[in-house]
Amino acid sequence: MSVPRFWRRLKNLYNLIGTHCEKCGRFFYPPRNMCPKCRRNGIVSPFKFKGSGVVVTYTIVHTSAKDYSKLTPYILAIIKLDEGPSLTSQVICDHSQICIGMRVRSAFRKLGEESDKGMIYYGTKFVPMEEKA
Amino acid sequence: MRDVAIIGVGCTEFGELWDKSFRELFVEAGVSAIEDANVQGGKIDALYVGNMSGGRFIEQEHLGALIADYSGLASLNVPSTRVEAACASGGLALRQGILAVASGYHDIVVAGGAEKMTDVGVETTTDALAAAADREWEGIMGATFPGLYAMIARLHMHKYGTTQEQLAAVAVKNHHNGTMNPKAQFQNEISIETVTNSLMVADPLRVFDCSPITDGASAVVIAPAEIAKKYCDTPVYVKASAQASGTISLHDRPDITTLDATVAAANWAYKMAKLKPKDISFAEVHDCFTIAEICAIEDLGFVKKGEGGPATESGMTALGGKVPINPSGGLKACGHPVGATGVKQAVEITLQLRGEAGKRQINGAKIGLTHNVGGSGGTAVVHIFGREK
Repeated sequence: MSVPRFWRRLKNLYNLIGTHCEKCGRFFYPPRNMCPKCRRNGIVSPFKFKGSGVVVTYTIVHTSAKDYSKLTPYILAIIKLDEGPSLTSQVICDHSQICIGMRVRSAFRKLGEESDKGMIYYGTKFVPMEEKA
Repeated sequence: MRDVAIIGVGCTEFGELWDKSFRELFVEAGVSAIEDANVQGGKIDALYVGNMSGGRFIEQEHLGALIADYSGLASLNVPSTRVEAACASGGLALRQGILAVASGYHDIVVAGGAEKMTDVGVETTTDALAAAADREWEGIMGATFPGLYAMIARLHMHKYGTTQEQLAAVAVKNHHNGTMNPKAQFQNEISIETVTNSLMVADPLRVFDCSPITDGASAVVIAPAEIAKKYCDTPVYVKASAQASGTISLHDRPDITTLDATVAAANWAYKMAKLKPKDISFAEVHDCFTIAEICAIEDLGFVKKGEGGPATESGMTALGGKVPINPSGGLKACGHPVGATGVKQAVEITLQLRGEAGKRQINGAKIGLTHNVGGSGGTAVVHIFGREK
């Protein structure tokens, strides 16, 4: 991903900041600048999520995506945050431990890097609730 | 709106066709379709080209013009349009062709699809395909396409008790059908054990749960129903053409095991055709992964939600079963040249309805359905075809 494309999302990726529609009360992460329910009538403002949630589903990726070969195999999961929205991220735990329904919380982690001298991407991954980040 | 018919079909062989280029593949499919329809080039009013990622796979854009030129139609100034909706690009090109004829804007239209996926390395191919998902919020987190469908499979297994063997049964059936299709990439039988012992790609999906990387092209000729018999003794009539959108990200789907776009497109198509799922004789569905076929037969209403696995295992969807699914071998055995797949599905339906499908012919097939999905369900295109208007 290009530097500007990543840079625009820094506050969202680093601090789990999404958006909230003040009209209907729904929360969005990834952030949306238009509420899909209220559309133009919505009032959308930034919102920082607590970071706790539950694993909805997961997989262990063995054939990696670009930039993830060093981490393979890794756990990819859909996590439902307690405030409502779901997102795709990685869960860092023992592969035998991961299960649907597991409580997790966010942790600041390296996502990847372009090369030895290239950009390093940081963002949010998840760890089991009881562990320290 | 006018009634519309398919009056000619053409398809290249599907596979790793290193000695053929994108343009050669499209021209081969297009020429065999217009020969089949007995149409002269001067009669063609418009071209629609389904293609997902020419810019990545062959570093070529402006594919509409390229195809018009190499089909010998640039000197006639025939309008040519490229259509993109990830893996549903072909189905959508077909739909654009149907809409153009139905509206009365054009009479004879060629709708085709092509993809040349083996001119680049596997890493580029995987990355190009990942572009059908949300790059900023799925791709950057390490999501691959098999990874997304694996998460659908995992939840389907958790909610409905679907088993690895039931997933494998999809691949076994489609490979069996592929043995009777001379154009299929894989024409060999496999066993449940072949699938369940194969290399893990994204748990629980193994390499034999996945459709392959493929080169190929396919094309159909579309005409108004009232003149179809001038060209062809056995026109195949379009009874419904429907397209729907769903969320591009899997995580935003209300039920991750249901492709809302498929449900919506199918409901519109059934309404348009005044038919119900039980009226469908057979279907070509989007089995990019084994779990995708199980979700498809549920979302299209052939079985209740959650019963796709046992239905496949019981032989309901096999040739000779209650609703044969993917008689061609599907994406799994034919291969999946992403932009071509949606059109190839219509080619198979046409051959079946004409009684020209050879060893895999379904006896008495009257109504066929195609189902083409882009991404993990961001787009779905459903068509229903019949022998009668």
